[in-house]
Amino acid sequence: MAMSFFDQFASSSCMGVPLIAIAIALPWVMYPTSTSRWINNRLITIQGWFINRFTNQLMLPLSMGGHKWALLLASLMVFLITINMIGLLPYTFTPTTQLSLNMGFAVPLWLATVIIGMRNQPTVALGHLLPEGTPIPLIPVLIIIETISLFIRPLALGVRLTANLTAGHLLIQLIATAVFVLLPMMPTVAIITAAILFLLTLLEVAVAMIQAYVFVLLLSLYLQENV
Amino acid sequence: MADKAVSLAEKRLLDVKLGQLPSWLGTRDFTPNGLLGGVRRGYERYYNKYINVKKGGIGGVAMFLVGYVALSYLWEYDHIKHDRWRKYH
Repeated sequence: MAMSFFDQFASSSCMGVPLIAIAIALPWVMYPTSTSRWINNRLITIQGWFINRFTNQLMLPLSMGGHKWALLLASLMVFLITINMIGLLPYTFTPTTQLSLNMGFAVPLWLATVIIGMRNQPTVALGHLLPEGTPIPLIPVLIIIETISLFIRPLALGVRLTANLTAGHLLIQLIATAVFVLLPMMPTVAIITAAILFLLTLLEVAVAMIQAYVFVLLLSLYLQENV
Repeated sequence: MADKAVSLAEKRLLDVKLGQLPSWLGTRDFTPNGLLGGVRRGYERYYNKYINVKKGGIGGVAMFLVGYVALSYLWEYDHIKHDRWRKYH
């Protein structure tokens, strides 16, 4: 019985096309290109407002060099938030539950920030490995610790997104199964569990948005240090 | 009744008689470029009818998402069928 709960994360294919392909292509369809009209339609206006605000907010702490990353970070945010939110609909597949996809985003982007730091300002980038004001005896240990923490960053980025979304989907499936099983036997308990399910769904909507935001925010933070 | 006869290739799908369907399909363009063009035209039709309007509401996006849910159900039907069989023997 327990084995079946993880089957929702296997992308099933029909006629040779895996569902993950459609799920990844979907955010592209949801955001039409803005036309050259003076006033666009409501969908484009709302999306443009959101993307503008978000990019403004994200670029505030970054220097001018970091602003080159605006397009990449904004489109990454839009992509992740759309995929996470659409994954909450019934029967849909969420590509960000796959560790491969999240690592595919995290590792190259993190590596890019590190390489940019090392090329443009190697002293400052290496200086980040030793916080100011550390007592002298602690210096060797701290450098080792900071290096490890530097290399764990892409792993943490990818696994954080994967784990949050996978756990959320699993919880929803578990509690929904509990509600269905309890309904004929103990209706009051089933109703309480249904209330919990409702609250959990609200939480999942929030988590979907927050996790996408955290991913992009941390990347911009790493960029800030290095650019 | 007195209209000029339209050749089979130019008719739209709903105007084609049932017996003419195979030959009509033969005139359609099934190359990758042609399929892409068909998808693009379908997208523009939906977009211009439901979303690119002066007072578009949630209906346009909602219909699209419901269609996506239905498509996902279709894609996962095999797995769902196995789940149902396993649960109820």
